[in-house]
Amino acid sequence: MKYKVPTTVDVMKTTFCSGCGQGVVNRLIGEIMEELGTAEKLVVTTDVACGAMNVDFWNFDTIVGAHGRPLPTATAVKKVRPDCLSLAHLGDGAAYNIGMAETMHAAIRDDDVFALVLNNCVFAMTGGQTSATTMLGQKTKSSIQGRKVEVEGKPFHIENALSGMDIAYLARGSIESVPSIRKTKQYLKTAFEKHKNNEGFVLVEILTPCPTNWGMTPVESMKRIKEEVMVEYPVGEFINRGGGK
Amino acid sequence: MQKVNTDVERCKGCYLCIANCPKEAIKKSGKVNLKGYEYIIVDNDKCISCGSCYQVCPDYVFEVN
Ligand SMILES: Cc1ncc(C[n+]2csc(CCOP(=O)(O)OP(=O)(O)O)c2C)c(N)n1
Ligand code: SF4
Ligand code: SF4
Ligand code: SF4
Ligand SMILES: [Mg+2]
Repeated sequence: MKYKVPTTVDVMKTTFCSGCGQGVVNRLIGEIMEELGTAEKLVVTTDVACGAMNVDFWNFDTIVGAHGRPLPTATAVKKVRPDCLSLAHLGDGAAYNIGMAETMHAAIRDDDVFALVLNNCVFAMTGGQTSATTMLGQKTKSSIQGRKVEVEGKPFHIENALSGMDIAYLARGSIESVPSIRKTKQYLKTAFEKHKNNEGFVLVEILTPCPTNWGMTPVESMKRIKEEVMVEYPVGEFINRGGGK
Repeated sequence: MQKVNTDVERCKGCYLCIANCPKEAIKKSGKVNLKGYEYIIVDNDKCISCGSCYQVCPDYVFEVN
């Protein structure tokens, strides 16, 4: 079979909304774990947000961290079980608002941990409030007129915040089209390989849709990512210590 | 042989597969699954086994032979 669903995800149980981006990202993680033969070694610490639903249908070992703080938990997992792959599964709200201090300090310490950030430009689970990455003009539950620079400041870019830092890897991918999904898988695989080799802090952000809180159909959401979100948040590799393969 | 296997009970009717199939081989079936979503159907004759539907489907409906 040319394309086979990974066995690491119990697919019938997924409770995400129609067209949610979490499913595709999970499939990429599952495929990579099978390719690297590391499914048994992966420990995922999720956030208390939409990503936490994963604990019900992943066949990986999982921990639900405190909201915004999966990173220190995941760093601790790696310290006490150095043979593990330790992934912190975060949303934009967790990584760049509530857990901003934890994200910055994990990077400053160059902790041996993998931060995966699903950036859907909102606090999704709580009903779609403004996050650090909400787009200017975007209407949310807490910015009903649209995000304004004077009120909420400018959209946050992790590549600027971590620019020049001595970390192993930093990349941003998207899943709005087939070529982007394939590219994002390459970023994730590079990041997992670096993490497997204990090279230090790796962070991969993925632009994902939240059709429910964007008030759009899934197809319209992917169009929005291509035409607006990817213009604000460029995809690519920003830091790759030691060079590529 | 079926080029694509589908498990339509998993389908949540997002129609990202329809938007991304290069051969317009996927359409709505007019039928509803147990979750309550109108699922899709693949025209085997039009399909070229490219795997785009597998790549974009958030609910793992497709496997490609
Ligand atoms: C300490 C704490 N503060 C607030 C909350 C409420 N809360 C749950 S999910 C969430 C926002 C999540 O946004 P994000 O991290 O972007 O994840 P998403 O749901 O969008 O995937 C908030 C504020 C919480 N669970 N714990
Ligand atoms: S609210 Fe948004 S992020 Fe959460 S499951 Fe639904 S579509 Fe996905
Ligand atoms: S992409 Fe998957 S879930 Fe969405 S309509 Fe197609 S088969 Fe159904
Ligand atoms: S494999 Fe390609 S051509 Fe066949 S149904 Fe899927 S997207 Fe269409
Ligand atoms: Mg979010």
